[in-house]
Amino acid sequence: MKVGVVTFPGSLDDVDAQRAVRLGGNEAVALWHGDDDLKGVDAVVLPGGFSYGDYLRCGAISRFAPVMTSVIEAAERGMPVLGICNGFQILCESHLLPGALIRNDHRKFVCRDQRLRIENTRTPWTSAYAEGQEVTIVLKNGEGGFIADEATLDMLEGEGRVVARYLDDNPNGSLRDIAGITNARGNVVGLMPHPEHCVEDLTGAGTDGLGFFTSLAAAVLA
Amino acid sequence: MARYVVDVMPKPEILDPQGKAVLGALPRLGFAGVTDVRQGKRFELEIEGDATDEALAEVQKMAGTLLSNPVIEDFAVHVESQA
Repeated sequence: MKVGVVTFPGSLDDVDAQRAVRLGGNEAVALWHGDDDLKGVDAVVLPGGFSYGDYLRCGAISRFAPVMTSVIEAAERGMPVLGICNGFQILCESHLLPGALIRNDHRKFVCRDQRLRIENTRTPWTSAYAEGQEVTIVLKNGEGGFIADEATLDMLEGEGRVVARYLDDNPNGSLRDIAGITNARGNVVGLMPHPEHCVEDLTGAGTDGLGFFTSLAAAVLA
Repeated sequence: MARYVVDVMPKPEILDPQGKAVLGALPRLGFAGVTDVRQGKRFELEIEGDATDEALAEVQKMAGTLLSNPVIEDFAVHVESQA
């Protein structure tokens, strides 16, 4: 499976995401923010970082990059899209996912190994996990507080669209401890923690993040 | 040339950590009695020609599309009187 990883000006984790894609058993294809050509990929990862310097709002300018027009169209047709951290912010700004991400409630940047529970394993990015599986994945963000109105939160919970939830301490003030969500169709996933940094024992807090990248291959074989 | 101003504020129900930080700093500087601070953004757009309703409508569109995120922010647009 060919998985595109978009590089925006200010992306930080695009190379790690490409590496995670390869370790997950897929082919990584570099995509460029200024080019609307998705190069025939089967799925797209929007990586973490500070695209466009987080100017205006995190993800607000990236959302209008030429590549995003194609990503939004493809996502609406059902292509799997994973947005990590800044990528999650871009997906919310694109209205592919509901809600928004605001500055951490404690106002400090947070960087830690975070316990999570995977609650939805029906997405193409989480099928390698067991429902309710508890994992440790690194988290690093300044504006990671997930917020939405009560009706939207109730809808997300009611439809089982909370993909991952923070365990132990809530690191950033996210409502209902939400760390990741999916769209109604289940192909678009936004996640604040960084699974691409947890794919090898040598560099990171274990390999619990690998499942986000092996799920795709499993989804194709299924 | 006409100047249009877009004021963007976090919605009242949305936590505003930056406003809270300012609120916390004021008493330390000796300013008493401030009970709340909310921090927003102000955009000033210079647009060719005289101020028109059409241009104002365009600025409304810009404000709703790019300058604000309707999920977390409200905006107000006005024309600034010519100097």
